[in-house]
Amino acid sequence: MFDTALTFNDLMFMLKGAGMTLSVTAFAVVGGTLLGLFFGVLRSQISPWAALPLTFVLDIFRSVPLLIQLILANAFQAIAGWGISPFVTSCIVLALYTSAYCTEIVRGAIEAVPSVTRRAARSLGMTWGQDLTQIVFPMALRVGLPSWIGLTLGVMKDSALVMWLGIIELLRSSQILVTRLQEPMFILLVTGAIYFALSFPIARLGSRLEKRWQEND
Amino acid sequence: MIEIENVHKSFGALQVLKGIDLTVQKGEVVSVIGGSGSGKSTLLTCINGLEPIDKGRIVVDGTEVHARDTDLNKLRRKIGIVFQQFNAFPHLTVLENVTLAPRKVKGMGRKEAEEIAVQQLSHVGLADKLGVYPSRLSGGQQQRMAIARALAMSPDYILFDEVTSALDPQLVGEVLDTLKLLADEGMTMICVTHEMSFARDVSDRVAFFHKGVMAEIGAPDQIFGDPQQEETRQFLSSVR
Repeated sequence: MFDTALTFNDLMFMLKGAGMTLSVTAFAVVGGTLLGLFFGVLRSQISPWAALPLTFVLDIFRSVPLLIQLILANAFQAIAGWGISPFVTSCIVLALYTSAYCTEIVRGAIEAVPSVTRRAARSLGMTWGQDLTQIVFPMALRVGLPSWIGLTLGVMKDSALVMWLGIIELLRSSQILVTRLQEPMFILLVTGAIYFALSFPIARLGSRLEKRWQEND
Repeated sequence: MIEIENVHKSFGALQVLKGIDLTVQKGEVVSVIGGSGSGKSTLLTCINGLEPIDKGRIVVDGTEVHARDTDLNKLRRKIGIVFQQFNAFPHLTVLENVTLAPRKVKGMGRKEAEEIAVQQLSHVGLADKLGVYPSRLSGGQQQRMAIARALAMSPDYILFDEVTSALDPQLVGEVLDTLKLLADEGMTMICVTHEMSFARDVSDRVAFFHKGVMAEIGAPDQIFGDPQQEETRQFLSSVR
């Protein structure tokens, strides 16, 4: 009924690409989230004026297309002779790109915690740090998580752009197979299914946490 | 003893407190009444140092609240405050709401903190709500939880900032009953309130604030029965 030249080895080749997609995404999201947490907390605590330089730099990462960032960063490190591998370059650029968005999510979530609730915490004798860790972070987590899940899923798809630095991730591997086997429809279908399989658990995890918290709130 | 001496406070160009003098003795219940914007709530947030003051001083048990070297976090352990908005911590159960500060601020063990919390929650009639999240409580129950949360720190003073103003009328009674209970037990309380009958029945003294000034203070019978100031008379006739 259905005939394809796609072999088991080809499929393994694609899964290897998927593994690359996952690892680039993981580095980018972990690095970007840690940076984003730091910048986001910083931005919520200092005045907008003091945060201006940081905001400006992060705006650059949010405004310039990721593809241009990747290619420029790679070219720059080559000219500077740093000898950083395309993989590491990709992870760094993607992490900074992620951090720029994550910073806004964190800042917004922290600012969504009512100041009167924080006052109540301080009035009980809690220190600034205790208020932050016991009250603000848990409350902000519930606000920011849906956006953060969206960011993670977005970064996973955006990570396809690292193929332009010669990295064979999922989309690039499928392109190679399309060129060789001339079965674009079927191969893209498989590729899409793999992307879905990678994203679905993350999306589910997010909605499960949300649901659990909603039952309480 | 809380000693308030010539306290001035402005928010920008708006002068909220224009020289307040008030001394509250241990075990005393003082109600503060007055129109909105008269500065009564601001005074409470100044007493526990949530707001800085511009002039004058507030001394609690010999410690000047706004002195540079005062450890406010330590001072706040003995001055509880309950706000108009209930300010429950929504991510914590009722029990956790009450145990959080004793554990984190006083360094109490979980078991000891829970014992105290259960005791205080029973006190305000919430013993059956320990594992419930605040969103499942009525406004009156949330406010009583906030009172238990303040009590769990075993404060020497409690400040009540219009604690019934955000409640549906039928829920006001249960919260006022809790306050009466505390007053009967000898807790030192300053209650900013719009509930005149409460102020009359429970307080040792009633202070009337008008435009940032304490226009009059005296025994409840005197303030409500024989007010000396024209502003007090006008205010009381407007709320009756």
